[in-house]
Amino acid sequence: MRSLQEFIEQNAVMLLIATLITISIGGIVEIVPLFTIETTIERVHGVRPYSPLELAGRDIYVREGCYLCHSQQIRPFRDEVERYGHYSLAAESMYDHPFQWGSERTGPDLARVGGKYSNDWHVAHLNNPRDVVPESVMPPYAFLGTRPLDLDQLAAHMRTNRIVGVPYTDDMIANAKADALAQVDPAADTAGLLRRYPGAATGGVGGRPDEVTERDALIAYLQVLGTMVKFRDIDPDDLRQ
Amino acid sequence: MAVAVTTKDTALPAERYNEDVVRAFVIATVFWGLAAFAVGVFIAFQLTFPVLNLGLEWTSFGRLRPLHTSAAIFAFGGNALLGTSFYVVQRTCRATLWGGRPLAWFIFWGYQFFIVMAAVGYLEGVTKSREYAEPEWFNDIWLTIVWVAYLGVFLGTVLKRREPHIYVANWFYLAFIVTIAVLHIVNNLTVPVSVFGAKSYSLFSGVQDALIQWWYGHNAVGFFLTAGFLGMMYYFIPKQADRPIYSYRLSVVHFWALIFLYIWAGPHHLHYTALPDWAQTLGMVFSVMLWMPSWGGMINGLMTLSGAWDKLRTDPGLRFSVTAVAFYGMSTFEGPMMSIKQVNGLSHYTNWTIGHVHSGALGWVAFITFGALYYLVPALWHRRGLYSTRLASYHYWIATLGILFYIVSMWVAGIMQGLMWRAYDQYGFLQYSFAEVVARMHPFYLMRALGGVLFLLGAVIMAYNLWRTARGELSADLPARVGLATQPAE
Repeated sequence: MRSLQEFIEQNAVMLLIATLITISIGGIVEIVPLFTIETTIERVHGVRPYSPLELAGRDIYVREGCYLCHSQQIRPFRDEVERYGHYSLAAESMYDHPFQWGSERTGPDLARVGGKYSNDWHVAHLNNPRDVVPESVMPPYAFLGTRPLDLDQLAAHMRTNRIVGVPYTDDMIANAKADALAQVDPAADTAGLLRRYPGAATGGVGGRPDEVTERDALIAYLQVLGTMVKFRDIDPDDLRQ
Repeated sequence: MAVAVTTKDTALPAERYNEDVVRAFVIATVFWGLAAFAVGVFIAFQLTFPVLNLGLEWTSFGRLRPLHTSAAIFAFGGNALLGTSFYVVQRTCRATLWGGRPLAWFIFWGYQFFIVMAAVGYLEGVTKSREYAEPEWFNDIWLTIVWVAYLGVFLGTVLKRREPHIYVANWFYLAFIVTIAVLHIVNNLTVPVSVFGAKSYSLFSGVQDALIQWWYGHNAVGFFLTAGFLGMMYYFIPKQADRPIYSYRLSVVHFWALIFLYIWAGPHHLHYTALPDWAQTLGMVFSVMLWMPSWGGMINGLMTLSGAWDKLRTDPGLRFSVTAVAFYGMSTFEGPMMSIKQVNGLSHYTNWTIGHVHSGALGWVAFITFGALYYLVPALWHRRGLYSTRLASYHYWIATLGILFYIVSMWVAGIMQGLMWRAYDQYGFLQYSFAEVVARMHPFYLMRALGGVLFLLGAVIMAYNLWRTARGELSADLPARVGLATQPAE
């Protein structure tokens, strides 16, 4: 061993190669099986790609750094399941590029916030969190309500998601703008939207029907979080990893 | 056995080393350090008084927090690592930088450009949302180019060395450079929406994306904030103490063990998540084992002072370095402990993690850098010694007090938070709403912010002291390598 070390520390290229080998092993052993072991993703139904408006909302969630204070990952503890709902599954974030599990709970977990509060509550909360939660330390996001969402960009974002593996169909991409408008307009015909994106929040997600704002998109995203998998219909065996 | 410790810098006259770029890195380190600490203090006050978010998108916590972490890790820490590695590799190899001045300056300005682009992007909301790897795809590509140039200069300098052995500090610097390259490239694989737009989507999703990110994230700690700064320790502590490294054998064992074990530790960031159990357990086991090589480094650093402990009284720079190694030992005990699943069940998602990170970032990374700066500035500007050792001593005590305020408040806050979340009342209901726990954090957030103010104040004192040192009377009779007044001229 000593002579090997003596050789390596007198040969910079060998030191580089030996270092590269040493640091590669752990990563390969831990990461590669996650792509090859099929049971890594639980066999549950209901997880679908985000609707165009939800995807745009998710991009705003990323842009504003929401993940820095809110996790989206409920651990299998009694208190967390009672506070937030069923523990999170890998399947529930299989279309999340990138994942938004978070690392800190300055604010509460949002993995199952969908449907917990009304759209109006979210509008009030985003405008000034302390109006509805006096103890909150969250920044106000009133500006989201005045910024129009760029509807012409939605299709391009969906196409990029398709490249990285999200199963958006041509039909979904062709209807990107129409589906976004249908999701914010309380009077819209939502049949097509709900056929493509079952369970999407409809009936106007907080905005005016004539103008889609960034806040509408963010609320549409928050309202779908954790609602795709119907845990009533699940066989516990399907959750085994 | 040839002695691996070659702390003598003879043969080439100091002036012939490339020092101007190292001076630029030193200035950048101080500048970005002040910026990082100031933004940190500001966002700490935002959590205490949310009105400080100012209602503007550019000043909201969510946009400023990556600005703080990137400024601290990559701008302050990165400039310190690049600068000291260029200083150390030239002296321990008795060779000037490979690629000459133009390439060295390209690396300096290229790296500053990366930082400014990232910072402006964060304020505008341009982020990939990968913690400590937030810059978007175009900036990632730019950093890759700069980093490959950096690897070329470092390795090229080692290759043309006029010493038979590669000194231990350079093993650590090299491992840091090459591993960060691997981590950076894999973790940042994304597909841009358009070549004219900033937005991109990660190539990976969900559980795989999470582990790749934390494989990166933990090894940004392991290789950027640990291996690189251990390289710094292995040069500057022997120089400051005027003693050789305590144990060559220990440095060999702990180097290879450290770089092998660190890379496995990522899954401890994902305990009890949807990451499969086998990966969590592997991550935990290797994180606990990591305690040993980490303490190998600490022991080697501290024991180097054998017979030179009296220097702590006269050299505040050495005091910073030694305290840094002590904090390193503490954080690398706390880290493995927090990676045990049952402990992590309590600590994860709480302020305990924030406290742990800062005992490492302020106590280890910043202090070892301050120690190196107090040594480097007189050496690089050819001064007899520091402008004021008394001011450096004030800096030491104010900063240490700041760290204590910070980590103690976060320990208490974090454990309290974890316990309150899981508390049940006598009827079997959750005892506290989430908002009640938030309200109870307030005094600890305030205490933490005050700790940050102290740490920032110390750094301002240092900047003033170093500026006066650099401006001081030119002592042309002294060779560049003579750092401190307490050291006899050779």
